[in-house]
Amino acid sequence: MSVVLEKSEIERSLKRISHEILERNHGVSDLILLGIPTRGVTLAQRISTFLATIEAPVALGTLDITMYRDDLRTRAPRNITETSLPLTGIEGKNVVLVDDVLFSGRTIRAALDALVELGRPKSVQLAVLVDRGHRELPIRADYVGKNIPTNAREIVRVQLSEIDGIDQVDVGNRS
Amino acid sequence: MKNLLSIDDLQLDDVLNILNTAKELAKVTSGPVKKLPTLRGRTVVNLFFEDSTRTRLSFESAAKRLSADVINFSAKGSSVSKGESLKDTAQTLEAMGADLMIVRHHASGAAHLLANSGWIKATVVNAGDGTHEHPSQALLDAYTIREHFPDHHENLAGLHIVIVGDILHSRVARSNALLLKKLGAKVTMVAPATLMPLGIHSWGVHTSHTFDEVIEQADVVMMLRVQSERMSDSYFPSEREYARDYGLTLARLAMMKPDAIIMHPGPMNRGLEISGAAADSPRSVVLEQVKNGVSVRMAILYLLLGGSIEGDRS
Repeated sequence: MSVVLEKSEIERSLKRISHEILERNHGVSDLILLGIPTRGVTLAQRISTFLATIEAPVALGTLDITMYRDDLRTRAPRNITETSLPLTGIEGKNVVLVDDVLFSGRTIRAALDALVELGRPKSVQLAVLVDRGHRELPIRADYVGKNIPTNAREIVRVQLSEIDGIDQVDVGNRS
Repeated sequence: MKNLLSIDDLQLDDVLNILNTAKELAKVTSGPVKKLPTLRGRTVVNLFFEDSTRTRLSFESAAKRLSADVINFSAKGSSVSKGESLKDTAQTLEAMGADLMIVRHHASGAAHLLANSGWIKATVVNAGDGTHEHPSQALLDAYTIREHFPDHHENLAGLHIVIVGDILHSRVARSNALLLKKLGAKVTMVAPATLMPLGIHSWGVHTSHTFDEVIEQADVVMMLRVQSERMSDSYFPSEREYARDYGLTLARLAMMKPDAIIMHPGPMNRGLEISGAAADSPRSVVLEQVKNGVSVRMAILYLLLGGSIEGDRS
């Protein structure tokens, strides 16, 4: 595995993404951050902390997409995690989905399906820490921490201190 | 997990996984989302050789909320009355595309036979086989108890659960005894000697013939239905005497601990094993059991059918 993002770079990327979110949405009103479990939730929390420091606190939630996946039948049943929305709901809001790695785009496709069941947001945007390419669907991110060209066989591992005890992104070959 | 036939087949981790999954599903479906696309294109068959209201409707409702197609089969009015066997019936339904069969049968072991005989490839869920087991009922009961005693989320140690009535004919009692013990609860079975199965001591539960002796210590009082349809002999002198000795009467209701709850798998014989006052009291969680039943059965269907069987084996 070779390290492609270190702690300071991750922090800088998230800070920049926070500024971009504010710029694009003209502030935090009607803005909702929805993290996709597991590490998307942690990243959304960090972005919300930056937003609160830069401007004002923002509504935060999590969106579990397990039940909407299109690859359920290819592996053992996955455990379901929590979906929690801010009390305001997502109706008419600008929703920013947050995930760690954008790869095939299928997770985001599932997230969009899960989202429309919950209401009709004004807009849906996507923030990811790493875009590694190899999309299988017409999906793109609005905010990208770092574009990392990979080949499809490689794996990208995102580690965050809250979960993994270290902040680091590395790329390596599937063992 | 390929089939759900008996509580005995489940490890503690499996049980907790089912209960936790049910909890998340309950949260999702209590919100704006009533239907999930997860089992789209899968076919679930309710194969019922015995009458049932809530179990069949509960499984049907659970399957539909996960977008599965549901085929209902009941023996009455079918070719079973022309003498068609369980094997032929099941194979016929599988040929129509069934991925999972929910089986209720009057013979103990019917679900096990269907799952292990090689007759069909479909997944089998036991929804009650004779006087043997009714695992989904026990799981929804455990879920309901857990909801009421949040301090006992990881296990039910320290809780005393008293199960009263027709233990002999009750598959609910057997599945509950196995499951509640697995979760660490103290279980006491209360019944007249005629309705206590032989070999009850091998279940690892406490027993009593005197309801009044244990009711004051119970955190949960689970009343069982007197199953007149399974009783060919007389097991007690009269309904009146049964109600007096083993019914949850108004007087016994007053003896219960302040935070104790009343459960009943339904359908209730009001005036026999449970008085109207007890059934309608705020302690009664009977309707919660029904509601939780749908979430627990969604979890069961998801965990059995949501992934691939190949993935499960690896």
